[in-house]
Amino acid sequence: MTVAVFFGCSFIAFGPAFALFIFTIARDPLRVIILIAGAFFWLLSLLLSSLVWFIAMKASNDKDQQLQRGLLIFGVMFSVLLQEVFRFAYYKLLRKASEGLAALSEDERSPISVQQMAYVAGLGFGIMSGAFSMINILADSLGPGIVGIHGESQYYFLTSAFMTMAVTLLHTFWGVVFFDGCENRRWWVIAVVVALHLLVSGLTFLNPIYEGSLPPAYVILVSMAVWSFFSCGGSLQNIQQFLTCRKNDAGSEVAS
Amino acid sequence: MAENLANVLHEQLSEGFPDTHRNNSGEGADRRRVVEGVDQELNGQPPSARPSQRLESEEDEDEELTLKYGAKHVIMLFVPVTLCMVVVVATIKSVSFYTQKDGQLIYTPFPEDTETVGQRALNSILNAAIMISVIIVMTLLLVVLYKYRCYKVIHGWLIISSLLLLFFFSFIYLGEVFKTYNVGMDYITLALIIWNFGVVGMICIHWKGPLHLQQAYLIMISALMALVFIKYLPEWTAWLILAVISIYDLVAVLCPKGPLRMLVETAQERNEPIFPALIYSSTMVWLVNMADTDAESRKKPALNSTTPESQAAPSQSTQGPDDGGFTTDWELRQQETLGHMESSEETRRQVQEMPSARPPAIQSDDSEEMSVSGGGGSGLFHSQRGKASDWNWDWNTTLACFVAILIGLCLTLLLLAIFKKALPALPISITFGLVFYFATDNLVRPFMDQLALHQFYI
Repeated sequence: MTVAVFFGCSFIAFGPAFALFIFTIARDPLRVIILIAGAFFWLLSLLLSSLVWFIAMKASNDKDQQLQRGLLIFGVMFSVLLQEVFRFAYYKLLRKASEGLAALSEDERSPISVQQMAYVAGLGFGIMSGAFSMINILADSLGPGIVGIHGESQYYFLTSAFMTMAVTLLHTFWGVVFFDGCENRRWWVIAVVVALHLLVSGLTFLNPIYEGSLPPAYVILVSMAVWSFFSCGGSLQNIQQFLTCRKNDAGSEVAS
Repeated sequence: MAENLANVLHEQLSEGFPDTHRNNSGEGADRRRVVEGVDQELNGQPPSARPSQRLESEEDEDEELTLKYGAKHVIMLFVPVTLCMVVVVATIKSVSFYTQKDGQLIYTPFPEDTETVGQRALNSILNAAIMISVIIVMTLLLVVLYKYRCYKVIHGWLIISSLLLLFFFSFIYLGEVFKTYNVGMDYITLALIIWNFGVVGMICIHWKGPLHLQQAYLIMISALMALVFIKYLPEWTAWLILAVISIYDLVAVLCPKGPLRMLVETAQERNEPIFPALIYSSTMVWLVNMADTDAESRKKPALNSTTPESQAAPSQSTQGPDDGGFTTDWELRQQETLGHMESSEETRRQVQEMPSARPPAIQSDDSEEMSVSGGGGSGLFHSQRGKASDWNWDWNTTLACFVAILIGLCLTLLLLAIFKKALPALPISITFGLVFYFATDNLVRPFMDQLALHQFYI
């Protein structure tokens, strides 16, 4: 394992999230705070779910490998559910904060919209999730060793990096869609987000058969990207205008 | 030293910030004028209603300004905390000197490598008790000095501590870094480097200097102090000291007869600008005797000869252990660095947050100091983790403590904005840091290790 692997995998895993942070979040203090608070909420959910798993593991037979694997799978599922619960709790908190901010400002409008908060919160969840999954692996990749010396896959680091990137971006999109569903009281949206999260985590149980976990995760990622784009007001027209750098037609009418 | 730094930083921040503050107050005044204009237009309003409206709108504007300042100040605290933590963690991971056990401070005389767990617990409790009483004595001493207007003594104390930190500790640090990377260096070049570093630092901190350079120096100094504490405080002692410091901070700031509260009130009565530095100073009044119990000659002999009495008389202590400048933040940070205390960042922030308990007008000045102290604390925290052992190191725990400390900082600032009076900065951050440290290390770590082993993703 070399420095090249370290840098390559860290850029694969954290490149998009880092770019999103630098270009959209770093300049606004309020967004940074919401990001860190989102990371904190994800951390809380992880803490509680690992507590449950730890208790279950200690109460059971240590030597039974199948049982331990089963408990781990249960731990993963429980953790996914708890993450979504905490996402909902964070939504409630942000709603209250947004109302407070709006009440204090002059023009009765919050300085940050719910959709922006949804994006930042989702990114907070994603960054923390990705960091917790990947950082120890990255640290190990700097040290000596041979990957897969006992017959496991050689592509451990690479697949971990790609999976981490997928999970980070997925959390961002899930955040946008989830908050949108909560805002408009569309509960089926929330159910779909939870189901997709369970699906993506469940697919990782197929590792190291990476064909079963990575391509489906990326398919879900692309579809979530499209869905979240349309749910927060994007349209094909917007894309066209963005690509051709044309101004908004409505804007030019108002000006004239 | 930290006191000195805090003082200087505060003064310089006051100089550096008036523009922004004037602009902001200008904006507020404009808004007030606009609102008043609207009031005057409402002819139907009875005259008594309009002044109250004006008052309300002014209060709302103040609140809005506070909140806007709040977010900006929180970020201004995040950056130094993060930087300090990064420096300390990087040093701990690369320079092995700071994780080697080379004796203990004279204030923690009881060793922790005993045979039974009970003996170790007892020793750490005794160590913590001694350390805390030293801190209390120094705080009271500082308050007494301030009350009787012995400003020269306080200034001298601060200058000596910053001298020690800037020259001696950085000399040791540089030496160890060179050893780690096997860099050959002659004494002449080294003397030039240390001389320039120290003198520029003294000027920046005690007089004037570019704001970013001041902040950089404060971060470096926080990191240095954290590293020193990491090295010399044993593990359980460090954790205990951290917890007790939090309680002491609560008592000292909130009780009517608490020393820090008396300091705040005295300074408010006198309406003096030195106030923020003293707040920092009082919390930082920790004398750390750098003398090794086995009298190794790594330190200057002068340090080894310090005694509590001599420390109590700063005027004679050219060689005294004047860690009077050590902010509680710093101490806490050290504790963090020494053990698995990730709360050093928190403690730092906590100390910083204390001054921010003052009205928003001063917050802009304090945030810089706070961020630096917070950074130092964070650094301590993480370095504490590092000291445990290299193979025991878990980056997840580091990250979790980092986030917990930042959130503790946010919450403390939020409480400050709500209550608008002097509040203890440490309890929330320390509690969060400790809780998250132990929880992540014992619960989350095995879970994440198992997940990584099977390559499951949550």
